[in-house]
Amino acid sequence: MSAIKYTKDHEWVRLDGDVATVGISDYAQAQLGDVVFVEVPDVGKSVQQGDEAAVVESVKAASEVYAPVSGEVVGVNGDLEGNPAAVNEAAMDGGWFFQMRLSDPAELDGLMDEATYTDYVKELG
Amino acid sequence: MNSLETFSGHRGLQLEEHLIFETGSTEQSGVDLAEPKGLAMKIGNLDRGAIDLPGLSEPQTVRHFVRLSQKNHSIDAGLYPLGSCTMKHNPRLNEKMARLPGFGDIHPLQPTSTVQGALELMDQLSHWLMTLTGMPAVALSPKAGAHGELCGMMAIHAAIEAKGELETRRRVLVPESAHGTNPATAALLGFVVDEIPANANGRVDLQAFREKLGPDVAAIMLTNPNTCGLFEPDIIEIADAIHEVGGYFYCDGANFNAIVGRVRPGDLGVDAMHINLHKTFSTPHGGGGPGSGPTVLSDRLAAFAPLPFVVKTENGLDLCETYEASDTIADAKPFGRMVAFHGQMGMFVRALSYMMSHGSDGLRRVAEDAVLNANYILSSLQDVMSAPFEGPCMHEALFDDGFLKGTGIDTLDFAKAMIDEGYHPMTMYFPLVVHGAMLIEPTETESKQTIDEFISTMRSLVNAAKSGDTQRFKLAPQLAPRRRLDEIQAARNPILRYRKIELAEAAE
Amino acid sequence: MRYLPLSQPDREALLGRIGVTNIDALFKDVPGAARLDGPVDLPPHASEMDVERQLGAMARKNITAGDVPFFCGGGAYKHHVPASVDHIIQRSEFLTSYTPYQPEITQGTLQYLFEFQTQISELTGMEVANASMYDGSTATAEAVLMAHRVKRRKKAVLSGRLHPHYTGVVENLSDMGGYELVQKDPTLSGDEKLADLVDEDTSCVVVQYPDFFGSVEDFTELAAAVQAKGALLIVAVTEIVSLGLLRAPGDMGADIVVGEGQSIGNGLNFGGPYVGLFATRQKFVRQMPGRLCGETVDSDGKRGFVLTLSTREQHIRRDKATSNICTNSGLCALAFTAHMTLLGGAGLRKLAILNHEKMLELVSRLEAETGMKPANDMFFNEITVELPVPAAQVVEALAKNNIIAGIPVSRLLPNAKMDNQLLIAATETVTDRDIDTLISALKEVTA
Repeated sequence: MSAIKYTKDHEWVRLDGDVATVGISDYAQAQLGDVVFVEVPDVGKSVQQGDEAAVVESVKAASEVYAPVSGEVVGVNGDLEGNPAAVNEAAMDGGWFFQMRLSDPAELDGLMDEATYTDYVKELG
Repeated sequence: MNSLETFSGHRGLQLEEHLIFETGSTEQSGVDLAEPKGLAMKIGNLDRGAIDLPGLSEPQTVRHFVRLSQKNHSIDAGLYPLGSCTMKHNPRLNEKMARLPGFGDIHPLQPTSTVQGALELMDQLSHWLMTLTGMPAVALSPKAGAHGELCGMMAIHAAIEAKGELETRRRVLVPESAHGTNPATAALLGFVVDEIPANANGRVDLQAFREKLGPDVAAIMLTNPNTCGLFEPDIIEIADAIHEVGGYFYCDGANFNAIVGRVRPGDLGVDAMHINLHKTFSTPHGGGGPGSGPTVLSDRLAAFAPLPFVVKTENGLDLCETYEASDTIADAKPFGRMVAFHGQMGMFVRALSYMMSHGSDGLRRVAEDAVLNANYILSSLQDVMSAPFEGPCMHEALFDDGFLKGTGIDTLDFAKAMIDEGYHPMTMYFPLVVHGAMLIEPTETESKQTIDEFISTMRSLVNAAKSGDTQRFKLAPQLAPRRRLDEIQAARNPILRYRKIELAEAAE
Repeated sequence: MRYLPLSQPDREALLGRIGVTNIDALFKDVPGAARLDGPVDLPPHASEMDVERQLGAMARKNITAGDVPFFCGGGAYKHHVPASVDHIIQRSEFLTSYTPYQPEITQGTLQYLFEFQTQISELTGMEVANASMYDGSTATAEAVLMAHRVKRRKKAVLSGRLHPHYTGVVENLSDMGGYELVQKDPTLSGDEKLADLVDEDTSCVVVQYPDFFGSVEDFTELAAAVQAKGALLIVAVTEIVSLGLLRAPGDMGADIVVGEGQSIGNGLNFGGPYVGLFATRQKFVRQMPGRLCGETVDSDGKRGFVLTLSTREQHIRRDKATSNICTNSGLCALAFTAHMTLLGGAGLRKLAILNHEKMLELVSRLEAETGMKPANDMFFNEITVELPVPAAQVVEALAKNNIIAGIPVSRLLPNAKMDNQLLIAATETVTDRDIDTLISALKEVTA
């Protein structure tokens, strides 16, 4: 399993073989507050890097979740329907949103690693 | 604080009240009806049988709703400083006039020869609205402010289409401080929303605006005074610039109370503006409606005004209701129909009653007193609260949560503490351009004494926040009919209607 | 002036505190070219007495439904509203309250909205209903947009028997939003074969129940056929009292039910304010426009109500909102809830039967005494009748004799070649004498 990578919009992506799991960062879930609903993409959908892929809702806001890399959605986290709080409790883990088969793994190189993302978040204040 | 435990669950005059489904029965009714004759019906096999909804006798029904009403705050009971909402007094003369049978008990489709007085009222209202705004046309039919916005933008859409430019003009400029209905309306019509940043003075950044101009711009949607309560001093330049590229100027009229009788939007270059009769013109908010959003239109857009509209004929007044009819009227190119029938007649009567009562001199005073009261509040609180922009403001005063920094208390907590003090909170978290926004609009119908009491209470609350009295805010409200409600639970597991199964669960 | 509490000394004190000498200083950002030096050219302020005189004079120029034999329907119906309903909606705390965004101090509004949603859900036979829309026509248009969202398709099929104003509103919104419509021409009877018009681009079929001409039809088969092709059935109800007797559209398989609630609790008011109804399946709840009230608890564990699922709405989603709606029709929904509470299920059913029986009597007498028969096999409280001469001139002639005989179909459908068709409604407010008067007058004018 490869190291985790982050986008500027606070999505994370973790590659395992040729399937990547995508979620939102702990920082993002804290900013959002209690998650009440997640709208996941359809399995089979093709997305380009930066496309809107999912929506995560708290009571006061709804945020787009963008595809951190291009590819096809091959799985979604069915848990989130009955337990949207998983995003808050385990953002990096059980609160994952969807899985993708990558069309261009090289895109990962352009994303931030853990240390860079931590600095980035510090800058945001 | 008195923590007496009562046996009934009531607390003095604070009375708890069940749902009607928990007290009524399906066989009970508070209406005396004749007995049906039992005639053979002509509905095939579509008789649904008994309906599972309870009824209550009249005494029980009145009690039920009176008890519910006692849990509501209202402008009649106290200052409601909601920015952008213009919670002014709702005159009771308006209610009396709207209930005259000649207005209340007439059908929209009875012959127009039998409702000449109704058409006359609509014509009069139109005249007042057009004169106050300096615009040559008005569409009366939109049912609410957002609906009026849609009307204005639809007229713009129609005008652009008439010029054959619909494929190219797809972009609508909207300030980031705009009310959410503005981008929602633009998107509904297939436009792409392009946000204009605000400058350090809380106004539209003129330079940034100019950079966004181009032949693909359909319109700009501005609120003036803007949502920060500030008049846009460059507004005529903005209007000219938009017109120069062939675009249109939509003005959100939610804040008209600040300038009514002192400024005419028509003189600012506005092409379309909706007016909230339930804000500036005193029709009641009713706990969330009904509103009314007539939309005034410039010469560039007048031809596209939607159906229906009042027309003058040699036999009196009539309604133009169909394309077939409008084809016979020169220059009329209505973009279509926004709603069944003719608009919110009940609100037209109320608004005209108010306008006539104030008159042109009174309406000018309305704006002046509204602006005075808001500035008085700004001046009296800006030393202890943080105002992001320099005054003077117009009819509403904007603060942010800067003054709460380090207290551990946020805008929401502060607002909930106001509830314990007997006030409905001000508008929170809007506009989005400042952090933790608090927007206060007193309106002109508050006395100096009321405002002084409000200022004093706010100063005391600020003091309490800054001196570490955190629990007062975190636990608030403590004295309202309900404490803070679990909105997360409501959104995660929505229960949107009563179901008998609840009783079984409660019994467990 | 009576609505302005500030006295001149008050104003001076305020100006002093602010630190300016006169009010013009506070308007300094207004460009000189746009500054008005004095009041605009409109009459000056008037006393209550003066306003009453002027408006009273306008009101007296109108023929009031309650004063004459009255048979207009066409989407707005005269029913008797109990006196306590108007009293309830005039209570300060309901009339002058704001949208319940601070739920702790607006439980009154929120609880009646919850009761309203329950009543609408039950009447329409659907799982969930919202807290009301502006009116039936805009609710119908919003339902079409919702179907497009749910199905991710862009075409709607409209029955030719929808209220022409409703059709107009749907047309307008579809046109401006870039959607497609397939519309049947208006016909009085016969199978419209709407399901045949559904293709893979169609999100919904829209029908009205009872239809604009007054006819009642069972849509169960249509619902199944439409859904088999992957589209939704939307049923619009313009006379809500009809659901006191007729099978609920939800029980026929409707996916979305919209309607006009005016008949319960709300007067005619020349077309507004009215109250739109919107109900649908639980699985579509996040795609529903408008406000929703939900049950929850407060921090003391007491049951309470809040507006919920707001992230669909404009103040949060902005350009991605399900709609641009900001208001419901709160006070009109309260009037509905109060009247419906007084009626109860049994009372509403009785009221509906009385309406139907009134129309049965009118139809039977019309046929016996004039030979005219309605176009409708099945109806509730409204029918369409063919006169031997254009209906518009008959209605006009009878109006001069203080009889409001109904609505000439040509008023709403000038090109449908239905100039002789008259739309007649008969509610519980119609008396035997009214029917006598109508029938003699019709006999005279059509002789």
